[in-house]
Amino acid sequence: MRIALFVTCLADTVFPEAAKATVRLLERLGHEVVFPPEQTCCGQMHVNTGYQRDALPLIRRHVRTFDPYDVIVAPSGSCVGSVRHQHPLVARRAGDERLAGRAEDVAGRTYELSELLVDVLGVTDVGAYYPHRVTYHPTCHSLRMLRVGDRPLRLLRAVRGLDLVELPAAEQCCGFGGTFAVKNADTSTAMLADKMRHVLSTGADVCTASDSSCLMHLGGGLSRLRTGVRTVHLAEILAATEQGETAGTPTRMAVRP
Amino acid sequence: MTRTFLGMPATAPPGVGQLRGTEPFPSAARRSLADPQLRRNLGHATTTIRAKSAGVIAEVPDWERLREAGRAIKADVLARLPELLEQLEARVSAAGGVVHWAADANEANRIVTDLVRATGSDRVIKVKSMVTQEIGLNEALAEAGIEPVETDLAELIVQLGDDRPSHILVPAIHRNRAEIREIFLRAMPGVDPALTDEPAALAAVARGYLRQTFLTTRVAVSGANFAVAETGTLAVVESEGNGRMCLTLPDTLITVMGVEKVVPTWRDLEVFLQLLPRASTGERMNPYTSMWTGVTPGDGPQAFHLVLLDNGRSAVLADEVGRQALYCIRCSACLNVCPVYERTGGHAYGSVYPGPIGAVLSPQLTGVADNASLPYASSLCGACYDACPVKINIPELLVQLRDQAPHPRTEAAAMAAAAYTMDRPRLYEAAQRAVRLSRLAGRRGRGLPPPLDGWTGSRDLPDPPAQTFRQWWAGR
Repeated sequence: MRIALFVTCLADTVFPEAAKATVRLLERLGHEVVFPPEQTCCGQMHVNTGYQRDALPLIRRHVRTFDPYDVIVAPSGSCVGSVRHQHPLVARRAGDERLAGRAEDVAGRTYELSELLVDVLGVTDVGAYYPHRVTYHPTCHSLRMLRVGDRPLRLLRAVRGLDLVELPAAEQCCGFGGTFAVKNADTSTAMLADKMRHVLSTGADVCTASDSSCLMHLGGGLSRLRTGVRTVHLAEILAATEQGETAGTPTRMAVRP
Repeated sequence: MTRTFLGMPATAPPGVGQLRGTEPFPSAARRSLADPQLRRNLGHATTTIRAKSAGVIAEVPDWERLREAGRAIKADVLARLPELLEQLEARVSAAGGVVHWAADANEANRIVTDLVRATGSDRVIKVKSMVTQEIGLNEALAEAGIEPVETDLAELIVQLGDDRPSHILVPAIHRNRAEIREIFLRAMPGVDPALTDEPAALAAVARGYLRQTFLTTRVAVSGANFAVAETGTLAVVESEGNGRMCLTLPDTLITVMGVEKVVPTWRDLEVFLQLLPRASTGERMNPYTSMWTGVTPGDGPQAFHLVLLDNGRSAVLADEVGRQALYCIRCSACLNVCPVYERTGGHAYGSVYPGPIGAVLSPQLTGVADNASLPYASSLCGACYDACPVKINIPELLVQLRDQAPHPRTEAAAMAAAAYTMDRPRLYEAAQRAVRLSRLAGRRGRGLPPPLDGWTGSRDLPDPPAQTFRQWWAGR
């Protein structure tokens, strides 16, 4: 199958390993991945911070870029959520019914990685090997906007060598929330503290999720406290094999006082 | 062009009632977050209610259809609100009640104060009501020399503690029983100093204090959960029986009700009386449901006044996205599941309506400029939308209100620049390469400058990789 990668601006710029892993995984499963280079950002940050007018050209660009493809995948529940729920809404509010219709059409062909694997490609055992103790945080937008349910867990359970431990109070938000993390830094940190407490209680070496943004927040906190627990994107775990290097390289931190 | 010229409905006036905080949410929240007792009380209480509510909701096979029915009824009500309110007025009047229309908090307070004065009573007993808190009725009555006595146990704790409610349903949720004991000892006349903090002992003391007041006060003030237009019937649901006492014992009953509380028919109650207790207290049915229609000779209050309050509701109704906030039946399910509310508590929101629903209702009632920080008091996690028994899309509303909120100038400039760059892939690629946050963070990696220091205060920040994804892709 020919699959267009909607890389997301965050993965492209800061977390390319998650995007590269998505490519490697899909190619290993025998699919062709294409990367439309005209893509930049879906505009979620603008919409969620109150700048719908600024987001409109980005939505237009996204729709134009991905319109030609039958199947589109992103390694992010949040960005897929934005494409599905916000793009048509913002276009409609701006009075652009035609764009709204096209956005709905593109959204209907856009999948979060676990949705693509389980629902479209019909696979739960992707042949991965990852010999670590792992806990999974179901990010809010994957859980409540996309309703991915247990798809990521089914994928993780099929990974050889992986010791999956259940995260207590998993459905609670980690406190990221985009610009919320900066505008309401204290509240965001209080939520992060509780999430980290639950992650640490599992004894896992690795906390995984389907969103680089939540992982950046969670990983930033775990690193600040020198917990020794790493955050790794779901795609990277699913892309790992016996032939490759599965220990992972620690993320280099620009800010680590 | 002025607001009057456009014929736009007025928002709730400032200087009266409790819809506006004195400081922005982030700074108010910072104080609450540092209060370990508050954190513990809230964490315990919300976890308990959440579990209880989830249990009884799971018992109802058609819960999702009930939610949809509740939403549909409310949407219908708002679509023909004037007609339903006039029908309600006609039926209440025909049944011997008197209907008053109050455009805002000041008018409502004046109407109620005048009505109480006319009875000659210098005290009123009150059923717990959000709307009278919203308009600051207790303060208005006290100013007129009339003593309002809250008869709901939690509301009494708040009143005696000279405090403010912090939850829609459980106004003293921020207090634990040790604190409640201290408040009673301090503020309740004639309490035995040997009082323990056993819940039953605390309730017994409050019961003794209130009983005498119930029997000797001739005027009661209540809110309303529902008003049935076709019959003119008012409904109050409660747990303690204090409401039933207030609604039946006095000579005069004055009910203040937000205009959105009307439902078309008696049968519509079937839906809401299933939704409300399960979503709210986690009960299958609330212990007391009181309903009355006008006055009944020789039975109950012989004078009944209904005050229909707008106070910004018409302005909310005028916004086709925002109006769904008026579906709210004040169950507080959204508060109980909100990770922000659970940690900051209700006072941080400034308004009597805290939590997710408060963050979308208060700014609309006052005009968003007066509560500009509230739409941002959410991580948009969506738990509130799932929990809402009338399916108010709170995250969608928050995002919409953020669009209307006044923005800091530097933020607006940065957002415009980011959008400009992101709409030009070549420029975007150049920016990706140029962004080295390590430079901004200083050589020693101490942290980012304001406002981004909000991030680095508690979290490390990864260094951008040597190669972006698109560079890697191009070089494959």
